[in-house]
Amino acid sequence: MTSKEKGWKEISIAGVCWLPSTEYITGDWRTFKPVVDQDNCNNCLMCFIYCPDGSITWKPEEEKIEVDYNYCKGCGICANECQRKAIRMVLE
Amino acid sequence: MATITKQEMLALSGDEAIAYAVKQSDVDVIAAYPITPQTIIVERISDYVNNGEMDTEFVCTESEHSAITACLTAAAMGVRTFTSSGSAGLALMHEILYVTSGCRVPVVMAIVNRALSAPLNIHCDHTDSMVERDACWIQIYVENSQEAYDSIIQAFQIAEDPSILLPAMVMLDGFILSHTLENICVLSNEVVQKFVGTRQIPLVRNHEGKLVPFKLDPENPITMGPVSLPNFYLEQKRQQEEAIQESTQIIKKVHNKFAEISGRRYGNGLIESYHLEDADIAIICIGSTAGTVKTVVDQLRARGTKAGLLRIRTYRPFPTQDVIKALGNVKAIAVMDRSHSFGSQGGPIFHEIRHTLYEVPERPYITNYIYGLGGRDMPPSLLYEIYEDLEKILKIKRVENPVRFLGLRE
Repeated sequence: MTSKEKGWKEISIAGVCWLPSTEYITGDWRTFKPVVDQDNCNNCLMCFIYCPDGSITWKPEEEKIEVDYNYCKGCGICANECQRKAIRMVLE
Repeated sequence: MATITKQEMLALSGDEAIAYAVKQSDVDVIAAYPITPQTIIVERISDYVNNGEMDTEFVCTESEHSAITACLTAAAMGVRTFTSSGSAGLALMHEILYVTSGCRVPVVMAIVNRALSAPLNIHCDHTDSMVERDACWIQIYVENSQEAYDSIIQAFQIAEDPSILLPAMVMLDGFILSHTLENICVLSNEVVQKFVGTRQIPLVRNHEGKLVPFKLDPENPITMGPVSLPNFYLEQKRQQEEAIQESTQIIKKVHNKFAEISGRRYGNGLIESYHLEDADIAIICIGSTAGTVKTVVDQLRARGTKAGLLRIRTYRPFPTQDVIKALGNVKAIAVMDRSHSFGSQGGPIFHEIRHTLYEVPERPYITNYIYGLGGRDMPPSLLYEIYEDLEKILKIKRVENPVRFLGLRE
């Protein structure tokens, strides 16, 4: 990995980001991943409100929520807040 | 070449000289918290701002940690900032000193050196700033209040150089300089303002691949000093090392440029040699003690003793090659440290010098004196003792006790 990254003469000073934050795939920090039981979910969107990373989105055309596993760090707040226990944290 | 400009002579204490230099340097934001013996700097600056003599945003903070943070963030927006502290206040800033250099923000700070507690002591030693040796700040130690005035003006030019962008601290000895009146030659406001100019902001590549000014600006947002994981932190620290090593050239250049308008030189800006060319024995020190050593060297020379002095003006970056060259033919050296690295072999300057001389084919004898802690007086009589010790070392051809506490009661 290290050999493919930019060297110290190429990177900007002061750690100035040279990529937008969406380029940093933080989902690989995750240990447990949230799995939604769509049959049990009543679309209350509490998980959408509580997700600190904005990794849960509402899909209006499908009328369901979706987890973006590229950025979900697996904190488990959604599962904790879900009143219907429709989100389970599963070891990856 | 510029010519030496007309100057006015004022009777100022070291603190007042610093405040005066800051007043003339077109500083945009000052955030500071008073601490003895630096208090007069903050008081004078607040007077200047109150009287309309400075067009500066003066922020009274509730602690030194906040003062340096305010300067860091203001300077990150591209303006010129100044703060001042010492002792416990500087220790409280410790965390943010690293953030400042890591964010490559050129804050200028005056440190009025004072011992650290406990026991509580308000007098001079260099422990407070030596603690911050490794924070990637440029460190300039001055011998007298005139040099303090001159060095503050130079520090803005050095720190803000687009190839450097590192914070700089100027150290003066608490009470010995800070509270002692001295005749100071001051340049006119116009000359100083022209010398310091306005801050030049270099370009940096942002997250969209565009080159934008290296400052916090809502029109061209960038992030400075964000989280950096193990795959990049090492490279970022290497960049800082490059910048501080490069700064030796800028320090010399700015020092020369300033000498042209002021007529004042302090060695080559990094080190100052005094009768070293043919010296057999020499003292190495920093700060106001160098003035006393010069007097003693003069008297020893009058008696025919080949004594010399090497004053380190810039401790960071450490001028390794200049030191090696300056010490040339010196046969025995005494390094004087006004601070101590407890549990090690001597003080920080001794470590640095002995380490530097490892490269020299014929190493001189070298010895260390820990002196003046907590403001203990440093009279010429003790300096004569050091030179006598060095002569003895040359005679017996060995160093019997390399680290000693000078003037210690047994």
